[in-house]
Amino acid sequence: MKFALKILIVGGLLVGCAPEKSSQETSQESTPSTSVNVYTHRHYESDQQLFERFEEVTGIEVNVINASADELINRMELEGEASPADVLITVDAGRLHRAKEKGLLQVADSEILEANVPAKFRDPEKHWFGITYRARIIAYSLDRVDPTTITTYETLTEPQWANKVLIRSSSNIYNQSLLASIIASQGTSQAKSWASGVKENMAREPKGNDRDQVKAVAAGLGDVAVLNTYYIGKLLDSDDQEEVGAGESIGIIFPNQEGRGTHVNISGVAMAKYAPNPENALKFIEFLSSDEAQMVFAETNFEYPVKPGVAWAPLLTSWGEFNTDTLNLALLGKHNKEAVMIFDEVGWK
Amino acid sequence: MSFTIRLRRPLNIWVLLAVLIVLLLGTPIYTVLFGLLPGPGPNWSHMVKYLLADYVVNSILLVVGTGLLTLLWGVPSAWFVSTLEFRGRRFWEWILILPLSIPTYIMAFTYAGIFDYTGPLQSIIRNSTGLNLASYLDIMNLPGVMVVMSLALFPYVYVICRAAFLTRYRSLIEASQVLGASSSRSFFKVILPVARPALVAGVTLVVMEVLNDYGAVKYFGVPTFTTGIFRSWFSYEDPQGAIYLSSLLLLFVFLAILFEKYQRGGARYDSQVPVERPLPRKKPSGWMSPVVVCSCAIPAVLGFIVPVLQLIWWSIQSFDSIGYSKLGSMVSNSFLLACAAAAFCVGIAVILIFATRLRNSRWLQSAVRLSTMGYAVPGAVIAVGVLIPLLFLDKLWIHLMSGWNIQVGLLLTGTVFGLLFAYSVRFLAVAFNPIESGFQRVGKSLHEVAATLGVKPWRILHRINIPLLRGALLSAGLLVFIDVLKELPLTLILRPFNFNTLATRAFELATDELVAAAAVPSLVIILTGVVPIHLLNILITKQKWL
Repeated sequence: MKFALKILIVGGLLVGCAPEKSSQETSQESTPSTSVNVYTHRHYESDQQLFERFEEVTGIEVNVINASADELINRMELEGEASPADVLITVDAGRLHRAKEKGLLQVADSEILEANVPAKFRDPEKHWFGITYRARIIAYSLDRVDPTTITTYETLTEPQWANKVLIRSSSNIYNQSLLASIIASQGTSQAKSWASGVKENMAREPKGNDRDQVKAVAAGLGDVAVLNTYYIGKLLDSDDQEEVGAGESIGIIFPNQEGRGTHVNISGVAMAKYAPNPENALKFIEFLSSDEAQMVFAETNFEYPVKPGVAWAPLLTSWGEFNTDTLNLALLGKHNKEAVMIFDEVGWK
Repeated sequence: MSFTIRLRRPLNIWVLLAVLIVLLLGTPIYTVLFGLLPGPGPNWSHMVKYLLADYVVNSILLVVGTGLLTLLWGVPSAWFVSTLEFRGRRFWEWILILPLSIPTYIMAFTYAGIFDYTGPLQSIIRNSTGLNLASYLDIMNLPGVMVVMSLALFPYVYVICRAAFLTRYRSLIEASQVLGASSSRSFFKVILPVARPALVAGVTLVVMEVLNDYGAVKYFGVPTFTTGIFRSWFSYEDPQGAIYLSSLLLLFVFLAILFEKYQRGGARYDSQVPVERPLPRKKPSGWMSPVVVCSCAIPAVLGFIVPVLQLIWWSIQSFDSIGYSKLGSMVSNSFLLACAAAAFCVGIAVILIFATRLRNSRWLQSAVRLSTMGYAVPGAVIAVGVLIPLLFLDKLWIHLMSGWNIQVGLLLTGTVFGLLFAYSVRFLAVAFNPIESGFQRVGKSLHEVAATLGVKPWRILHRINIPLLRGALLSAGLLVFIDVLKELPLTLILRPFNFNTLATRAFELATDELVAAAAVPSLVIILTGVVPIHLLNILITKQKWL
């Protein structure tokens, strides 16, 4: 009797878990046209707000799974034609390129998208579209560094910066993309000597995240750091006064303004090859490129909106306009593996 | 001889069930192990040339260092709280288990936060004395990871040792003390040598946790074997290489376990006599008192009190900027999932162990043992191993249905069921070990008597084993519960749409570099974990464990 009771309890627990599943299934199967399934690497609070807004405006329910782009692509690959994914969102162009190469994406034909997203931020074959872009910039200590002495990423390899450069690990996709952009513009051997030069000048073994590099500059462990723009915004916006102080102790430089331009990468979106709800997927992607969505990205997350004419966050405006690298972003994906191998060879952990 | 034959005949259903489970549950692990066969993939020589040495050395140092530190934190404290009476004993006894509720990656983020330039420690020193100690207070390195991980993981050693001291070795402890041995003498001369299985069991869990960790080592910049697995898989786009590395890792762990068993030989350490009286506790002598208190207080304070205080501070700081609307559903998701997974794992472990008792065959035992190896494999790798069989079944089902012209979606993948399956693969070991030693403690005699009286196996299990094992079953369930509450990589990748748990939320916020905002879900994980841990503690003190 007691045993039966236990089984009942266990069964009850299982059923308790189940509604999540069944509600999702019914929404997916019986009424396929009222939802869109999103696999996304972005998990910002602002995105969640946008998804809710999209539901409000269109009545289309947004179902979300968050995980790293690598894992999501892997899952889509395994799922094949049975994949429920309609839309894939990543935080770099390289991963979108990879998904395209693996045949996981389809063409999204839309005049709205072509009008909203400048050509340099989208795939020429319409497989993916940028929604925001970020610049990988050089931050320097306001106390110790004369900013006119740094003009390019290549400056960081000069002997005067020995033991002064802070940058995170080579497993980080933003560093991989930066090196891939150097491979694309200057060739493998130049890229290798750049990576090795930076490695030689590092103030410490690479560790931590982008914010930690700024903190290390503030702490005096090094003088210059390489990081993405929006992290500075987040530091300055922090609830912790010490973090704000660290953010205020640095200045920033947009490198390579005279030459190829500052390295930028996109956070981008694509329609899945086997999308069960392609019309909704297209609406969703178009929505992300709309003024309303672009403004949210710009205001809450300190990212640059891709759509021209959408106002930047005041902080970004204060830094001013800059020349972005005009490189075709697909090349970042193409050279990604080579970049990682170079990092290994020069011992950049 | 006739006796064994009698025992075997009616039992095939159990063995069959066990074989079925082993096949099903083992699929992800076999998928990984089969990765050894086709060779290491195209990037192997690159990896050997530039990276492998670093990975292997770091992993070994990390395993050894963390293992030793967990012994240091876990064993003396377990010994003192089980055998001595001192001020605050009950308090420390309890607090020492609680680090179990803190996920390793949260421990890592928290400690990094405490020690970093804008963290409380450096800020206070800097603002009061003007000294900048940034280069001395850097904990983001190999020794730092060892300490942080050992603080999160030592309760595995502590819990198992304490249970052993309170139950299995009690008569030995009493005997040595009656014979006049001092506390330290009876510890070093009598208990430490026989407590080896308990130490090994605890450290094995620690080692497996260390080997599959990715978050902490990545953040601290210490490349290990797991780093290599992910680098190969995602950066070289070489899943074959990743699986090859995983299978090497698995093989290594399996061999280590076998070696320990072999080295231990046929020696048995279990006292079969259950002792009901409480152990008489002595007061520590004068100079021992501070040693005793420090051995308990240091790991408890560093492992629980300090990180929790930091998390509370962050929660207060970020209180206004957090969306609380979803917190309720996250708590219930986490809780229900953990309960269901605990029930699954315990049920499966009982069936497997019972079957190996019914049929004492070496191959079955090895197969069962192998299916508990999922604990050592990085979660993301298990996820692939889990997706492959689930998707195979799903696609078969879609194919069958399309034959009837019916359009269906994925039935197993991306559902709670798929997730539970994955948890079972991953956490079977956690349920398996306490239940197995519970079975060992109960012994075979009752079972054999019942079998000779013609009682059916189901009734033996139901009427004899389960009642006797109640404590062990509950302990096993609670351990799995706590582990699932903290689990990350499997949940992230296998969860259904719109399904958030506390752990996934905490992780998302932390990887967005919003550590302060991650503090709230982290604290809720810890609070949710404290209740089952409290139950676990009651079980141990009432000696219903093991």
